[in-house]
Amino acid sequence: MTVPFLSQLIDLCAAVLLLLSFSMLSQRRVLTLVVLFALQGATLFVSIVIVAWETHQYQLFYSAALTLLLKVIFLPLILHRLIRRLGAQWETEVLLNAPRTMLAGLLLVIFAFTLAEPISRFAHTVTHSTLGIALAVVMLSFLMMITRRKAITQVIGLLAMENGLFFAATSATYGMPMVVELGVALDVLVGAVIFGVFFFHIREQFDSLDLHNLESLRED
Amino acid sequence: MNTRSLILEPLTIAFAIGIAPLLTGWVNQCRAWLQGRRGPGLLQPYRVIRKLFHKDAVIAASASPLFRLVPYVEFASMALAAGIIPSLWTGLPFATAADTIALVGLFAMARMFLALGAMDIGTAFGSMGARREMLVGFLAEPALLMVFFTASLISQSTSFPTIVNALAHDRLSIYPSLAFASVSFLMVLLAENARIPVDNPSTHLELTMIHEATVLEYSARHLALIEWSSSLKLLNYVCIGLALFVPWGLAQGSGTPLDLLWAVPALFLKLLVAGLGLAGIETINAKMRLFRVPEFLATAFLLAVLGLLVHLLLGY
Repeated sequence: MTVPFLSQLIDLCAAVLLLLSFSMLSQRRVLTLVVLFALQGATLFVSIVIVAWETHQYQLFYSAALTLLLKVIFLPLILHRLIRRLGAQWETEVLLNAPRTMLAGLLLVIFAFTLAEPISRFAHTVTHSTLGIALAVVMLSFLMMITRRKAITQVIGLLAMENGLFFAATSATYGMPMVVELGVALDVLVGAVIFGVFFFHIREQFDSLDLHNLESLRED
Repeated sequence: MNTRSLILEPLTIAFAIGIAPLLTGWVNQCRAWLQGRRGPGLLQPYRVIRKLFHKDAVIAASASPLFRLVPYVEFASMALAAGIIPSLWTGLPFATAADTIALVGLFAMARMFLALGAMDIGTAFGSMGARREMLVGFLAEPALLMVFFTASLISQSTSFPTIVNALAHDRLSIYPSLAFASVSFLMVLLAENARIPVDNPSTHLELTMIHEATVLEYSARHLALIEWSSSLKLLNYVCIGLALFVPWGLAQGSGTPLDLLWAVPALFLKLLVAGLGLAGIETINAKMRLFRVPEFLATAFLLAVLGLLVHLLLGY
């Protein structure tokens, strides 16, 4: 079976995205998580550039540039600085039974693949087969947010989910309209800044970034 | 199958047996360099084996014949595996007798005998080592099988030479599923060969050792055979990895003499790089706690299954 070389590269990028999602799911160190997030952004950037090149959808180059600027450079830098200033570089997190989490992730992947299969059959983009992977990335990030307790990792999970959505948009319909993309990018940027403020407030209130503390209600 | 391949087959096995300690020596040498030591030299494993062959064997009074048998079984099964794995050429006549699943079974049998031999004397360390070895083995085995299944799905066959031929032929295809399989296989390789994140081959620290604890009671020629078969096992695993993920340079079928001649330096070059990579992995990682090993191998299994799923999703 012959698949065009560039499509193969896109599929490879998709596979790497999935791999990175799983390594994020199993990563304990916060700083490494940020690096993995940056790598995920870089993979996304590469895949968007290839899609844009192959399908001559040149407006996709803008979204690729946006991805590069925001998700590979700015957001990891902001997160990195935040972690430094919070003094959380060496913080690790207790995973809730890592093998079981991974198995749950595997089930999610199977679910996402079966879910995407009928949809991608009707799509005629070159990237239609990667829709399942994009969905899986979204779900894995969701799982990461559910299983983690620290505020920073939850935010990284949210950002990774946005990566997955972006990838889904490119693979299903060659990207969203420019206005939407700009809006989302701005949202993510502003969100990251606001999260930064929140981190400090949470820590000031509870002396830790563990979101478990937020669950108990107090009457002052 | 012709007479030429029947002559070449024993030669291949002898070649693998001959260069196996060299690979171990190279990995140890690279490790020493990376850690800022001078290292014992490439030929140190040969010297160790020769020294051990010259010594008199001491065998515990409570040892059964099984204890003496184990080193020979171990060595023989590793040598047989070297005859099945297409490391130089793919026309191996032995490979028609055993496919990849049987190969995994062969490794499992060797491991079982090693564990039995360790428990035979009845010392606490031997039993503990055997138990740990089996723990690592039974977790690594499904991951290895899944890696082979992924490759089999691509080439529609479980026969090792057919898989390698199919993979070597379309050299422009990138298989995302194989990317997963390769990461998974690397983890299995590290676990099965008692390499650093799982086990440290160069210590005899009682609380952490896995493989060393199983061979603690052996001495002289028995130990030499076991050391040699450990080297051979490492070579076998590396060759499986090379055949599956970088199959270029292998002689196809029985090959012309020129192809075979080219396959040898190609193999050496690949082993050189692989040994360096292995030493690098061992240097930058720390040994993990024993209780983290199941997690490590569960990840390997998961990646292999993901490879299968990605293959089914993308269709190639």
